[in-house]
Amino acid sequence: MHIVVCVKQVPDTKIIKINPKTNTLDRRSAPAILNPYDAHAVQEAVKIKKMVGECTISVLSMGPPQATAVIKKSIEIGADKGYLISDRAFAGADTLATSYALSKALERIAKEEPADLVICGLHAIDGDTGQVGPGIARRMDIPPVTNVIEVTELNEKEKTILLKRKLANGYQLIQADYPCLMTVGKEINEIEYSPMPNMIKAARYEPIIWSVNDLENVNRPQLGLKGSPTIVGKMFTPPKPEGGKRLEGNSDEQVSQLIELLQDKKELFFTAR
Amino acid sequence: MIEEYRGVWVFIEQNDGEIEGVSLELLGAGRKLADKLEVALAGVLLGDNVKSLCPEVIAYGADEVYVVDHPVMKDYRTESYMKGIMLLAEKYKPEIFLYGATPNGKDLASAVATDLSTGLTADTTMLDVDLEKRLLEASRPAFGGNIMATILCKKHRPQMATVRPKVMKALERDMNRTGKIIEEEIDLKEEDMRTKVLKIVKDITKKASLADAHVVVAGGKGMGDLQGFQLIHELADTIGASVGGTRDVVEAGWLPHELQVGQTGETITPKIYFAIGISGAIQHVVGMKNSEFIIAINKDPNAPIFDVATYGIVGDAMEIVPKLIEQFKVLRKEKGGEVSYV
Repeated sequence: MHIVVCVKQVPDTKIIKINPKTNTLDRRSAPAILNPYDAHAVQEAVKIKKMVGECTISVLSMGPPQATAVIKKSIEIGADKGYLISDRAFAGADTLATSYALSKALERIAKEEPADLVICGLHAIDGDTGQVGPGIARRMDIPPVTNVIEVTELNEKEKTILLKRKLANGYQLIQADYPCLMTVGKEINEIEYSPMPNMIKAARYEPIIWSVNDLENVNRPQLGLKGSPTIVGKMFTPPKPEGGKRLEGNSDEQVSQLIELLQDKKELFFTAR
Repeated sequence: MIEEYRGVWVFIEQNDGEIEGVSLELLGAGRKLADKLEVALAGVLLGDNVKSLCPEVIAYGADEVYVVDHPVMKDYRTESYMKGIMLLAEKYKPEIFLYGATPNGKDLASAVATDLSTGLTADTTMLDVDLEKRLLEASRPAFGGNIMATILCKKHRPQMATVRPKVMKALERDMNRTGKIIEEEIDLKEEDMRTKVLKIVKDITKKASLADAHVVVAGGKGMGDLQGFQLIHELADTIGASVGGTRDVVEAGWLPHELQVGQTGETITPKIYFAIGISGAIQHVVGMKNSEFIIAINKDPNAPIFDVATYGIVGDAMEIVPKLIEQFKVLRKEKGGEVSYV
């Protein structure tokens, strides 16, 4: 069995600072990390590997050369191999152009060993779209199952996988033929501590780096900025709402004013009996 | 080429024959866009035995309803639903196509955008059109900053966007409205499907607690640590409210993801919303700003949360919240009952 996990390097949104003048991100302020959802995707691949007999886990990323760091991080979690596609031709891609580039890399990987399962994080914390995973599935013509919260069973003989897919309230139990693609949320597993051999392997690991010329049958106008139908038209600060009344005084006075206000709002709030 | 595409479409998401609220909201928002562009507004309805829902779609603002009815489309699946959408979109060529940013809506829109090779904007919170260029202006909070980005799709059609639930307003239901129903046949076979929905398990309890709560007490990083955050739970318990939190709080592991309010969490509109120790980053604010009565408690007098609050208290949550709890307990005793809401 061959599992390919797509991973992305993102700025750590917990630490990143906002430039108060421009209201935009000061990207230099944030360390780059493995997108947290993707870490769960790699962890799930490791879990599946334990469920089945023979299994290779490859990770695939697109980004600048320093994105090899997230591949090494994935090796630490338990991936076996890592590929990075890195080229200026890929730069400025929106979700459509990104899924195109990644699907071309997956085609190349398939020449060595086709993927039985492709796993992606639910979305990346910098773009928050969740559109690349399903896009890859369409381009590979394999069924996408988004928002998976549990891999229940895998039947290697029938080549089917049983998945729980989260809905707005509840879940669907889905049986999918594989190859298929799934996107996973954080509920799916806990990231385990990496065993020492993984750490050592990761430290020494050199990911395979491909440029656009290493990929085959690429239609260049579909890549990067040129291949992206969406553009950012403008950035603006939303009109500021007026804001309400401030409750003045010391904390005791503030609290009693608030309680009174809430009691006055009888249609909102009252005590029964 | 682009000129061939006309009309505004809304994907009508239904589950078990019940239309999702966000679809009705999008008919309201789509109505405005269609009126501006002087084109028809259409609802797109897929499912098994769903024709009876057409009058509802028209009552909420659609001029037309495109229906694809087939047993294979009983439950949502990407493969069957996208085939239905592709059939309609390629034949009738809408210029704008909106979907609710629900798990199914996002899944469907992502797949359809890929096959149509067109642009898709995720989690939109503002919609408008540039009339001259007939461009959809889909705005969403940009990553990180307190800033919105307007996304355009100039050269591809349809222009697609997923839109956050509870942000747009549905029109009043008007059963006197009339509209056209257009049915399309589709050739689908269950044997050809590579995914099967074996069962659907509804877990209403978890969701209802936050999404349908009348009163929500939400806390942010300003609560200091996990122990400090207990005050949020305590206040909520005292007044019978649900607990919510910011992304930071969820990332820190103080709350499960289901209780996150904001861009990547829930959008809620309770009657009363307490925002305690929450600075009010736009990602959070989009998830709660339409609450009826917002009370903000924060140390920083310049925190943006005060801009959306009905009443603001500048002060230390650690000092104020315990007093608030105390007062509510006294009140509860006086009235001799539980706190309740209408």
